[in-house]
Amino acid sequence: METVKLTIDNKEIEVPKGMTIHKAARKIGIEIPVLCYMELHDMQIENKPAGCRICVVEVQGRRNLAPSCATKCEEGMVVKTHTTRVLNARRTVMEFILSDHPKDCLICPKSGNCELQSMAQQLGIREIPGQEIAAMSTYRKDTSPSIIRDLDKCIMCRRCEMMCNEVQTVGALSAVNRGFMAAVAPAFEQNLEHSTCTYCGQCVAVCPTGALTEVNHTPEVLRALADPSKTVIVQTAPAVRAALGEEFGMEPGTLVTGKMVAALRALGFDYVFDTDFAADLTIMEEGTELLDRLTRHLNGDTTAKLPILTSCCPGWVNFFEEYFPDLKDVPSTAKSPQQMFGAIAKTYFADKIKVDRKDLVVVSIMPCLAKKYECQREEFSTDGNRDVDFSISTRELAAFIKQANLDLNNLADDEFDSPLGESTGAGVIFGATGGVIEAACRTAYEIYTGKKLERLEFNELRGLDGVREATIDFNGLPLKIGIANGLGNARKLLEEVRSGKSQFHAIEVMACPGGCIGGGGQPLHHGNSDIIKARAAAIYREDNSKPLRKSHENPFIIKLYEEFLGKPNSEKAHHLLHTHYFYNKKKVVVKQ
Amino acid sequence: MQILVCGGTGCRDLESEAILESLKLEVEANALENDIQVVRTGCFGLCSLGPIVKIMPDDVVYFKVKHGDAREIVEEHVIKGKKVERLLLKDPVNNKSLVSSAEMNGFKKQLRIVLRNCGVIDPENIEESIAHNGYEALGKVLTEMTPDDTIKVIKDSGLRGRGGGGFPTGIKWEIARKNKADQKYVVCNADEGDPGAFMDRSVLEGDPHAVLEAMAICGYCIEADKGLIYIRAEYPLAVARLKTAISQAREYGLLGKNIMGTGFSFDIEIRYGAGAFVCGEETALIHSMEGLRGEPTVKPPFPAEAGFRGKPTNVNNVETFACVSPIILKGADWFAGIGTARSKGTKVFALAGKINNVGLIEVPMGTTLRDVIFEIGGGIRNGKKFKAAQTGGPSGGCLTEKHLDTPIDFDNLIAAGSMMGSGGLIVMDEDDCMVSVAKFFLDFTVEESCGKCSPCRIGNKRLHELLDHITKGKGTLADLDRLRNMSLVIKDTSLCGLGQSSPNPVLSTLDNFRDEYVAHVTAKKCPAGKCRDLMEYFIIAENCVGCTACARVCPVNAITGQRKEPHVINPSICIKCGACKEKCKFDAIIVQ
Amino acid sequence: MSSIKIELRPEDVAKIKEICASFNNDPQELINVLHKCQEHFGYLPAEVQEVVSGELKVPVAKIYGVVTFYSFFTMTPKGKHPISICMGTACYVRGAEKVLDEFKKELGLQVGQTTGDGKFSLSSLRCVGACGLAPVVLVGDKTYGRVAPDDVKNILKEYE
Repeated sequence: METVKLTIDNKEIEVPKGMTIHKAARKIGIEIPVLCYMELHDMQIENKPAGCRICVVEVQGRRNLAPSCATKCEEGMVVKTHTTRVLNARRTVMEFILSDHPKDCLICPKSGNCELQSMAQQLGIREIPGQEIAAMSTYRKDTSPSIIRDLDKCIMCRRCEMMCNEVQTVGALSAVNRGFMAAVAPAFEQNLEHSTCTYCGQCVAVCPTGALTEVNHTPEVLRALADPSKTVIVQTAPAVRAALGEEFGMEPGTLVTGKMVAALRALGFDYVFDTDFAADLTIMEEGTELLDRLTRHLNGDTTAKLPILTSCCPGWVNFFEEYFPDLKDVPSTAKSPQQMFGAIAKTYFADKIKVDRKDLVVVSIMPCLAKKYECQREEFSTDGNRDVDFSISTRELAAFIKQANLDLNNLADDEFDSPLGESTGAGVIFGATGGVIEAACRTAYEIYTGKKLERLEFNELRGLDGVREATIDFNGLPLKIGIANGLGNARKLLEEVRSGKSQFHAIEVMACPGGCIGGGGQPLHHGNSDIIKARAAAIYREDNSKPLRKSHENPFIIKLYEEFLGKPNSEKAHHLLHTHYFYNKKKVVVKQ
Repeated sequence: MQILVCGGTGCRDLESEAILESLKLEVEANALENDIQVVRTGCFGLCSLGPIVKIMPDDVVYFKVKHGDAREIVEEHVIKGKKVERLLLKDPVNNKSLVSSAEMNGFKKQLRIVLRNCGVIDPENIEESIAHNGYEALGKVLTEMTPDDTIKVIKDSGLRGRGGGGFPTGIKWEIARKNKADQKYVVCNADEGDPGAFMDRSVLEGDPHAVLEAMAICGYCIEADKGLIYIRAEYPLAVARLKTAISQAREYGLLGKNIMGTGFSFDIEIRYGAGAFVCGEETALIHSMEGLRGEPTVKPPFPAEAGFRGKPTNVNNVETFACVSPIILKGADWFAGIGTARSKGTKVFALAGKINNVGLIEVPMGTTLRDVIFEIGGGIRNGKKFKAAQTGGPSGGCLTEKHLDTPIDFDNLIAAGSMMGSGGLIVMDEDDCMVSVAKFFLDFTVEESCGKCSPCRIGNKRLHELLDHITKGKGTLADLDRLRNMSLVIKDTSLCGLGQSSPNPVLSTLDNFRDEYVAHVTAKKCPAGKCRDLMEYFIIAENCVGCTACARVCPVNAITGQRKEPHVINPSICIKCGACKEKCKFDAIIVQ
Repeated sequence: MSSIKIELRPEDVAKIKEICASFNNDPQELINVLHKCQEHFGYLPAEVQEVVSGELKVPVAKIYGVVTFYSFFTMTPKGKHPISICMGTACYVRGAEKVLDEFKKELGLQVGQTTGDGKFSLSSLRCVGACGLAPVVLVGDKTYGRVAPDDVKNILKEYE
């Protein structure tokens, strides 16, 4: 590898050619502050507009200061990162940014977790000269079913725009206007609701300030808990247990399943259940659908289309409804685990405990913001009563726990309630990209071949690469599997399906890079992809520790079919656990 | 004999087309059409004296011609050989009629290389261009010179980019040549956005072939077969003439495949700007041509490495290209013999502001400001006192009396705190308030900032606000230091040339007219009497006869007094509109 | 930002598609396409941008981002007689601001607005290059040079 030698703050260093000053400095322990720059290294995601100009450094021989995030090291370069000139510039630029930013830190949802706030602290800003005559760029606030946009707090880092366009290829957001009024917004600066937004929440996941946040549904949950006439049950998605601990100072990748259950019980939920149960149920339905389509296809039935696409990710569902309406018969019709859980809870379980569905409140704890929108979709309610009443994110749950004076660190592990709290390792791995299809393979293999699966870990399906493929030997039938995480990657596979070039039998799609563990409702990763890797490892650790690791072996699932549903893909199962897709071409609604 | 009628935008707006038609009719009426050609040409440069008609070969110039003058010009001058005295320019000193352009001071110190054919040929007729050595240089290059020879000539000539930066053109071509690629581009930057500058427009209107030819030469040198002209959509006449010129050049085999049978192919397309000053910056220009927001990106990579569509691209501005053919034909030594040590050749300036001869001039580099303003420009209007001249538009600074004898070239202007820019030269007199002038330029920058980087997006806004604050009499001495610090940081940290130079008007007025700033912040006075909030209207009792005219015209009833008694202005009501002062016939109202 | 909601007629949609096709539906030609559309419709309402988005396969948010970036593009229909006041430096130092103020006063408009009857719209321009005639006012295609505030009433009268 070609290298270059340079000096940074009087230290000599040799680095690979092409490395930026910022990264080279980090190698020798010099952490140059960056604001707009963000990198998720393992996912090949990088935001580098060189726009904030906080990371400027002095490069000998150059007329102007250079942005270290975007300036490549050159042979013989002499760099200084903290001269008076640099410090004054960095401080003055920060004062500029703050002069156009609201000062309501105390009541901002991002307070304590805001990169701008930390930067102001780090740079020691104590006043903003000239604030009294400084105009602020202000915009209309926009609340959608999942996401709140408060552009007054936008600092034009462009991370959300990059995520929405380059990573997700959703194209709901763009830089708009010019100069002082420039901001990132949907077309015509209308509400997100009227845009092509899929509510994947990746914009929220990367926003360094309070400009993009989730809609907080905790107050509704609190009200339900306080209402004696309501029975409130909660389901927790697999990815939550692998990340919640981070909000309480634990190492990324710490599993807090038992403590989380204890906290939820302490919060007053009547039953603490697990979405993993519904994940097992999803495998039964989706796996059966896969085998059915596959068998018919192999028998020459041309109406049986392949590949089959997973449908458990609501961001992904919104995406194909918007961009691939012509392919809406390709994905599985199985509902997402969240909605399967809601449907079973408000029928089977409500009957069991003899509570009217109207008095049963189902809350979900999700790593996801699209789930907030999903549970509000009309088709997921009966007579106006939703199957899942409220969905709150991992972050909201953490805040809720803190407000209840609980410290997760000090809680003793507790167990999920039965029956909807019982799950297998297959349900847990739904939380990581590749997990759904791995879980499906464990079950489908045994059903299709009638043989016992010797090796449960399909390592070829794991990892963080955006598009992965693998061929699984189903007793002589090479089953071709495709996996995409991130909607841009999903688009690539979908285009192949559309043009008839796709070679896959089944494709798993997760809207968020990394899968649910990297969801828009998770504790913020602040550009550290090691955190996402650690969460994935935790998910697989939990799988390993489970006595049962195949969905069809979950005794409570077997019981559910025996007592209530009949068999997978039965008429009743179809009615409760399957859905259909819509093509709602969003009409242009111009801001009045 | 030829009758040349100026068809530049300035003269056309004064209906020079009608004059052209009338002249043609008169020529036909006298059955002279075989002997006399009536030709529409490009700009002569003396826009404030237009419309202009020139008779050749007599070299007699008529000014402020009306279409009713056509008969007299034809009957008197053309037929009888008698000059039409009343349309001649008078020498301001002895009131003698100045007949030929050679006699006029305005032309005496000029040297026209770039504008060689402007006002001389019909820009819509390629044969006239060819008759004036058009495409001769292209022929010479293609048949007698290698690309390396050609680049050497350009390098040796010392030609530097006329768009603002002053980068050596030959070196730029050489870099683009060295970067190997399957496709390269030559781009002509004709997005003249500098307010008050119109040299590029005049060249394109008056001699479009000069630019086309030079682009082809550049294409030959860097091995590009595609050229693009990025031109302001607000220049309809220039666009029309370019289109005509391109199609004529194709017809004559001077553009397109296999030019002059040499095997070299080169063709040119037009791309339109849409009103964004920042697109004068080459990376922004390229993004704009790619259908994107015209936001600049960090250099390197320079366009010569990765430009339009990611391919090596050489960007030069119109005036730079217009210098190329004469250099090829007359040699590097000839061009290098003109100008100063490090600035060779000539420079076109657009004279505007408080100067008598508003218009376009071309002078050798190194001509003094005094010569430009007082000799060529005819001095200050209305006999007022010269105060400052702004070069480089909103990116430049002002030159003052102490700079009058400084030779104008790239380096001297930078040393004086200004820059060459594209060549706008705005003259200001004693009535101009320099704080307001700085504010005016900042107003422009704030509006034209793309908004990508924080120092330019927010910092310039803050500069503007502070200047506004000062012109309202609310500033303090400390604010002047803040102005300077903000200016220096914005220059030091901005992403592109726009922000890196936008504070120049502030810094240069602060340096040269600090007294004026101090007067605004301490005495709360505007010495030039321009800042409305700092003015006070008084009635001098001795002069007031009590005619009540002022009281009647005052829109806010701020003036009171008995008929035939001295009146008084109530300063707390007065809105300083000046209506009273205009109305007073007795010079009784003064402003302080 | 326009508050006008329009419905495109089929022939309008066809026209937009024709414009896009004439540029091979190439997303890099977006600015040329928008120029042509604005030439045809006089402005670029949201609905036009939607159609262009579909043809060029560029997200409509991106198109709106481009439209709002360039001052030449507008989402408000211009008046029958669009009035533009040059605010280039040459015009500024010769009093263009006062002329603009007079137009604002006479028409009761701010820059960027159109009169209720759709007759006049007011905008400011950056240098039309007729600096010799400063200050310059354009009404439609007609240029008025050396305009003083007192001339404003008479100019408007021509279009009564």
